[in-house]
Amino acid sequence: MNSTLLAAAPPTAPHAVAANSVSRIMLTVVATLVPATLYGFWLYGWPAIDLFLVTILASLLGEGICLRLAGRRALPELLDGSALLTGWRLAISLPPWAPWWIGVMGGLFATVLAKQVFGGLGQNLFNPAMVARVFLLISFPVQMTAWVAPLPITAELAPGFVDGLRIFFSGPANLDAVSSASLLGYAKTELSRGIDLMHSLAASGAPGNSLAGERPGSLGETAALLIAGGGLVMLFMRIITWHIPAAMLAGIAVPAAIAHAVDPLRYLDVATHLLSGGAMLGAFFIASDYVTSPNTKAGQLIFGAGCGFLTYVIRTWGGYPEGVAFAVLLMNALTPVIDRYVRPRILGRNRRGAPLDPAIERAKAAP
Amino acid sequence: MGLMERIFGHGPRWGVHPADRKRPAADAPLRTLPLPARLYLPLLQHVGQPARPVVLVGQKVLKGQLLAEPQGRISAPIHAPTSGTVAAIGDITAPHPSGLPFSAITLASDGEDRAIENEVPADPFALSPAAVTELVAAAGVVGLGGATFPSAVKLALGKRTEVTTLIVNGGECEPYLSCDDRVMRDFAAGVVDGVRLMMHALGAREALVGIEDNKPEAIAAMSKAAAPYAEIRIRPVPSRYPMGSDRQLIQTLTGKEVPSDCRAADVGVIVNNVNTAHAVHRALRQGEPLIRRIVTVNGGAVWQPGNIMAPVGTLASDLLAFAGLKSEPARLLMGGPMMGAVLPHALVPMVKGTAGILALAADEIATPVAGPCIRCGNCTRACPIGLLPLEMAAHIRVDALAGAADLGLSDCISCGCCAYVCPAHIPLVQYFSHAKGELWAQERSKLRLEATKRLAAARVERQEREAKEKAAAAARRKAERAAQKAAEAAAAASAPTEAAT
Ligand code: SF4
Ligand code: SF4
Repeated sequence: MNSTLLAAAPPTAPHAVAANSVSRIMLTVVATLVPATLYGFWLYGWPAIDLFLVTILASLLGEGICLRLAGRRALPELLDGSALLTGWRLAISLPPWAPWWIGVMGGLFATVLAKQVFGGLGQNLFNPAMVARVFLLISFPVQMTAWVAPLPITAELAPGFVDGLRIFFSGPANLDAVSSASLLGYAKTELSRGIDLMHSLAASGAPGNSLAGERPGSLGETAALLIAGGGLVMLFMRIITWHIPAAMLAGIAVPAAIAHAVDPLRYLDVATHLLSGGAMLGAFFIASDYVTSPNTKAGQLIFGAGCGFLTYVIRTWGGYPEGVAFAVLLMNALTPVIDRYVRPRILGRNRRGAPLDPAIERAKAAP
Repeated sequence: MGLMERIFGHGPRWGVHPADRKRPAADAPLRTLPLPARLYLPLLQHVGQPARPVVLVGQKVLKGQLLAEPQGRISAPIHAPTSGTVAAIGDITAPHPSGLPFSAITLASDGEDRAIENEVPADPFALSPAAVTELVAAAGVVGLGGATFPSAVKLALGKRTEVTTLIVNGGECEPYLSCDDRVMRDFAAGVVDGVRLMMHALGAREALVGIEDNKPEAIAAMSKAAAPYAEIRIRPVPSRYPMGSDRQLIQTLTGKEVPSDCRAADVGVIVNNVNTAHAVHRALRQGEPLIRRIVTVNGGAVWQPGNIMAPVGTLASDLLAFAGLKSEPARLLMGGPMMGAVLPHALVPMVKGTAGILALAADEIATPVAGPCIRCGNCTRACPIGLLPLEMAAHIRVDALAGAADLGLSDCISCGCCAYVCPAHIPLVQYFSHAKGELWAQERSKLRLEATKRLAAARVERQEREAKEKAAAAARRKAERAAQKAAEAAAAASAPTEAAT
């Protein structure tokens, strides 16, 4: 239908709207990510801060250029916060000391190729941040798996502002000295070397997995508890509903519990699975992205459970130690199918869409 | 609200919870409008056929006198709200955003307010249900909740199908409005009497009065008035828009779901509004036809918001002048903000179904710019019918109306919940109204086409039949003629033989 026709029509009901807007939603999501991000800054210092800023700037730049090319006024649409959120999601899922061009490429890729090419906000099939992350992971596996051990910004050895810039632009002087495997990656490598979990996790070189998140990982991965806290705030503010996060965490936890019970020497326990890697980040902040997830409750439960289960499968048997990004993208691809077949029941109709039988309804007793 | 409830939700899973803005207007005492000089009574104030005037221009009429009689099976009469002279019968601006003219009777008041003598049955409960229904029909009572369906037609449904439960709608879920609240607070006994009369007409065994729990005074007053009658139960319901919608209220109170192709009566339930109940009471006990009602005048631009008892046909401008305006209204509405219609100007009369006139200030109306859908699913969660507004809108945007219809467009009740919660401010209801209108027009033209085709086919068939008959007749005549000729020839042939012999 013709939009000029709509604009010319007299205003119609409803005449009131809820105090809500796209930018309010996006900025609230961003706000709930701030604590985990700041904590990540503290853990990984200046190089991480530089990477974060550059990634976000690149996302905004990509979005702005596309909007201008499409002949739209860029500023108001940039202010809706969606490009900021996409950049943020990507930035906190990158290795904190990755070089500058990873951030630039990732940010541009996310908004230009993964979002605007599909038609902009609301039109993309895949989560832009995850598309960008997977693109980077496949293209630059070395840089994208080079994790560093946390080195709090206040520590003596931590790079200062200038050192941070140098690391950011030309890489750490001695990468091996600072690099470290993530827990999931370490366990996987050791298992493949024939060392079972009991021995590998007890070894002195094993990465820690403290609740406080002082372990190697991306900004959004280490602070699992802060991420979960941010997620709870979003639930409380009704930005997202519980369906996707709960289903995704259950999708990881249930198979993990079963496998661990069967063979604790080969399979990591539930807590490790939930607290490491991007499980929390994925459940609360990635999979729950509106655009790329189903829009019914039942569909969201299926989607979340699928994300969780696939994450577990990839982590355990796949070629990569972490599988959140792949799992989410796979389920993104299934979203249109889920939305097609999982629909709410219409009032007064049965699941197949036929009207209910009045005789049965008539016979129903009052509650 | 606890943390768990906040996250997992509580109460009904559908609908929205807009700021109700009912008070202080709801708490202000009911006022009565001084008689306006002129009243404008549209001939169509109800669902169905317009009424037909039975008075002439210049004729003097008394208060309560019949001005226009119903025509057709579904219609309602219109009575004079006061005494005076019929000044005109013709077009005025309709209470509709189109501003199209509308046929109405204009009544110039003589200021005396002399009423016609109407007989009142001594004991309406001694009358047969059909006789009560008759009286309700003659009083021109229609559904005052906004649907304006002729009440007598609804009551007569009790004869055709067994109605066990009368649901009385005191939900009043639209923000700003409080005319139902007020009638329950001020006239609880009359409302209860009207409920009993309607139960009698329907043959219903029980009545459930659903009142949203944001109206504790109304619940208290109604509970007191209904206390002597065990068959009438006052049932507080959660405040949630659109609780006042028939299907939602029926489901909340009885657990029954009205099948989508059925009426409520098909599941043994009839819904009537509390103001309708009061109108029935006035009609049967006081012989007063439906000529006045309580209307809420509210909104940020109104000086003294509140409820006003006003004659049907009063101009919105008269009501606003009485309540006073403190600023130029940014938008005038008839009805509530969720489903009400914009008034092009205030020179529009209130009708039987007008629950409120709202003069909203600029900060109360929504004029946000629509953006792209972010698929947040808010609309789906809010829809009380279980539809997928975003999907329907996506289909309508590309003119795939059949696709939207497959998604259940015809079940949409235009409640506006989806548009209310949409963070992208997409005018979803506008999309749906547009598509429903288009589909309706298509359906009509299809029916017309089919009718034309049928007629054409019938004509062809008739022509063929006639042609065949003609041919048959011609053949018959030809055969007859041939037979005659043969007979003559035979006769002629035999004659010479005879002659020869
Ligand atoms: S207007 Fe229609 S689609 Fe929107 S919430 Fe109401 S019933 Fe559902
Ligand atoms: S509420 Fe609006 S933005 Fe959200 S899914 Fe529905 S139509 Fe799209």
